[in-house]
Parts: sequence; C-alpha cells; structure tokens
Amino acid sequence: MRGGGAGAGLSERLRGAGGLTVEERWAVALLDPEAPTPPDLTSWNGSDPGQRFAVYRNNVVVSLVESLAQTFPVTCELVGEEFFRAMGREFVRARPPRSTLLARYGEGFAEFVDGFPPAASVPYLADMARLEMHCLAALHAADADPAAPQVLEAALREPECLPALRLRLHPSLRCLRSEFAVFSLWDAHRGELEISQVNPLAAECGWILRSGLEVRLLPMCAGDCDFVEALARGNSFGEAAEAAAGDREFDLGRCLATLLRWGMVTSVNGIK
Amino acid sequence: MVASGETGLPVAAGVGLKPEHFEQVIGKAPALGFVEIHAENYLVAGGPMHHYLERVCARYPLSVHGVGLSIGGEEPLDRGHLQALRGLLDRYQPAVFSEHLAWSSHGGIFFNDLLPLPYTRRTLERLCEHIEQVQDALGRRILLENPSTYVEFSGSSYSEAEFIGELVKRSGCGLLLDVNNAYISCINHGRDLDEFIAALPLHAVGEIHLAGFHRDRDSLGAPLLIDSHGSAVDRAVWQAYESVLERTGPLSTLIEWDNDIPPFETLCAEAARAQGYLSACAVREA
Repeated sequence: MRGGGAGAGLSERLRGAGGLTVEERWAVALLDPEAPTPPDLTSWNGSDPGQRFAVYRNNVVVSLVESLAQTFPVTCELVGEEFFRAMGREFVRARPPRSTLLARYGEGFAEFVDGFPPAASVPYLADMARLEMHCLAALHAADADPAAPQVLEAALREPECLPALRLRLHPSLRCLRSEFAVFSLWDAHRGELEISQVNPLAAECGWILRSGLEVRLLPMCAGDCDFVEALARGNSFGEAAEAAAGDREFDLGRCLATLLRWGMVTSVNGIK
Repeated sequence: MVASGETGLPVAAGVGLKPEHFEQVIGKAPALGFVEIHAENYLVAGGPMHHYLERVCARYPLSVHGVGLSIGGEEPLDRGHLQALRGLLDRYQPAVFSEHLAWSSHGGIFFNDLLPLPYTRRTLERLCEHIEQVQDALGRRILLENPSTYVEFSGSSYSEAEFIGELVKRSGCGLLLDVNNAYISCINHGRDLDEFIAALPLHAVGEIHLAGFHRDRDSLGAPLLIDSHGSAVDRAVWQAYESVLERTGPLSTLIEWDNDIPPFETLCAEAARAQGYLSACAVREA
C-alpha cells in the first residue's frame, strides 16, 4: 500500500459535491439493488441511465454467481439451479470477493449455507459445499513429487525407528468429517454410485487429494483423518498413530498403504 | 510470420486458451499464431493450470491478459497482485502483457467486471501514474485495452479516443484495440465508428481483440450491445476489423470466447477467418 499522505490527498481531490467519489457510489450501487443509480451518468439519446447501469449490476452479480456454480456443481445439483442461484446472489451481496483470484472465491460459502434458513431442509448442503471447496483447493494446490521408493524402503527396514520419523504429505491432501454421507452423495451425483444406495444421514469422513492432475475423494475412517492432521501439524509418525488410535476402525497399515498408493508422502525425515 | 514491431507477438491470429480445450491444443497442435490467457486464472500454486500452460507454451507464443489490476481505479494499485503477476510473467516469458482501461476493485471488494470511468484530467493523471507503476513493476511496456461501456459520465471532458490518445502519449503504453469493444461502444453511445477508429493512436496498436456480443435495448428501444464474449464475431465487427487493418496493416489478432465456450474447432475456424483477413491485408501491402 502507498503511504497515507499522497493517497488520501488524491482521493480528497476526487470527491464530488456529495462527498463520495464515483467509485464509492458505484461500489454501493453494484451490490445493492435498492441503492439509487449513481448520479452524473448520461446517455447519448436521453434513454434511462439507470437501466443502462443495471447491465453492470447484473454482470457483477451474475458472473460471481456463475463462478460459485462452477466451484459447487454438486451443491447446486442438490437444490436445483434456480434455488442455488438465488442463494448465490444472497451470498455474493453479503460476501463479495476480497481477492481478484476467483479460484479462491467461495471460502465462507459453506458457513453461509449453514445459516441460510431456506436451505435448512437439506441438512447436508453445507457439508457438500465444504467438500467442494476442498476439491477446489486440492485442484490448485502446489505440486510435489512422491518420495522415492528407496526412501520408504530404507525407513521400513528399521521398524524400531518408525515412530520418530517425520513424514511430509502432499500439499493437496485435506480431510473432511461430516455427520452426513457427503462422499457417497458426491459419487452418486457424479454417476459413480446409485443414489438409492446412499443413506444421506450416515456420517462419513474422508480425504480429498490431487493425484496427478485429478482430484480424488476417498472415504476413510475418522482415525485416518486424525493421522493425517497430526502429521500435517508436524507430529512424528508415532505421535500421529497415537492420535488415530482412539478410532477402533483405524488400521495403520491400510492408512499408510493408501497414502503411498496415491503418492501423498512427499518426504521422510529422521531415517538413520 | 513476421514479428510485430510493437510486441514480439507474431502477426497472426490466435485464440484465448480455455481449460476445456487444453487437451486439444496439445494433442492436435492446430495452426495458431499464439494463445492468450487471463493472468488471474493462473495465479494458483500448482495443478492442471500450470501443467497444461507449460506444455502449450512449449509450442505457441503466449500473450498474458490481466483482468484484475483495476488500473483505472481510484485506489492505489494492489502491490501483492502486481508482484504475483511479475512472478507469472517471469515464469512464462510471454511476448506481451495487456490490461484494461477500467476499474474492477474498490474498498477491498473485487467486482469481477470491467467498470467505466469518467474521462477527465484527474482520471488521466491517475491512470498514467498507475500505468507507470505497472510498467515499472512488471519491467515491460504494457498494452491497454479500450473498453466497452453502457453509460457515459456527464463529467467527462475528453472523448474516449482523445483520452486514449493522451494516455498512450503520456504513459508510453501501447494500445490493445478491441474492435468488438469499439463497435459496442459506438453503437451504445451513438458514435461514428470510422471517426472513432481514425481518432485513436493507431500507431500504438500492438494487438487486436475480436469477440461476440449480444443484443439488448435501452429504455427508448435503441440497440444496447452487451459485451458477452459468448458467441461468434458479428458480421459488423468483421467489417470493422477489415477497415482497421486497411489503416494499420496486419496485426496480431485474438479471438476471445469466454462464455458458452464452443467446440475447439469452432474457435479455430474463427481464428482461421481472422487469419484470412490478415493474409489478404499482407498481400495488398506487398
């Protein structure tokens, strides 16, 4: 940011009679359909500038809702296009983007859906939005190569050293725990599972990751999420296994095999 | 292909690169002069965007088009965004970087649209200051694109062409002449297109954009054209393009199609049509 002096002076000079700059008036009117059309607009033929200004108002909201629809396709399918777009317009007006990078737009959407009364009849909608936001983050996360097989073999040759190892995981890997069957619902909406086989009220946990160029959703157990989150916090292999031990379903061998299969272990430190 | 004196981008027709077409661009390697990307879509850490762009760049010259700098804005430029753009340009070394005569952010909010500004001495000075900062930060001369607009400001003291002429003269930036935008604005504001084009600093044009619009009407029933980038280039815009080329000679030309994205073949056919005009123009010049 520029120092206050020059910047403030410039914006002072730009202020019109009403004390607001052109952009300040536009910024309010673009997101608030009730706000008056900014003054000082004209048209060559005397047609209504307000109707012309409405093109901008429409472009802003429609393009941002479209960006949400692209990020949350299954969330959109669950409630239908019309409902989703109406909800999207409310979100856009309440939480317009703070960044020019629309690949990040949608943070906070799940929380908004949670508090959006008309969506209350679809209790798993917010978690589906959480899942799809994780998908977007995983898609654009940094690249990282899997650790070389020799590194892992060396680690496994000395089992007594395993607990002290520090594993670094792929930047795309993230966890979601839901009270609802959002992973199965997602599969069903992608045509990979029969919807009649899904009980939406069954709790599910899982991983979201990118392998190669593709985002994958893997239903896992709660312990698998505990394990991954412990490693991500910087805990050792042993500490992570301990963190996951509370879940009886947790199987350390299976968890590790799944991580390796998808190339999610990118380095191993602490090998003697 | 001859490199344009202005930019280093080949004087040929190119297309806007869309993720929907990544595989085809790489797999089919069609005859395109260059590809153009929207910078902000590639300001992500990793994944398919960079994977494909690296492969496309190995085959085609690249133009990077920014849509988020808000150069026409009242507020100071976003330094972080400039730095991120510099990183992208350093990584991919495009032949040209362009941005818009518009604003898109205010008060920390990004509106995702190219919004108009009054043409006054103050806005001219502010834009020149911003362009200078952008050119310094990016270490290169930029092209600035003429806007498509739906309203005019009663406070404007320059015509659009005069304003652009002053900008180019004072800041040293080049002009990205969007012929579709020029046509839209002339229809929307009752201006004569030939006069408008003739009044622009045509010597500074480094690239041309062509795109489709859709038709609406204002409150009096007069045509109001909306810059939708969602259809084929209109016949009137092809005509305007041909008459621009008669004045400027052949120039790097981009087909933009950002919404309702068509099959890749349709996009390439539009580029081939532009290439036809370029070749005819080059023959006439020879």
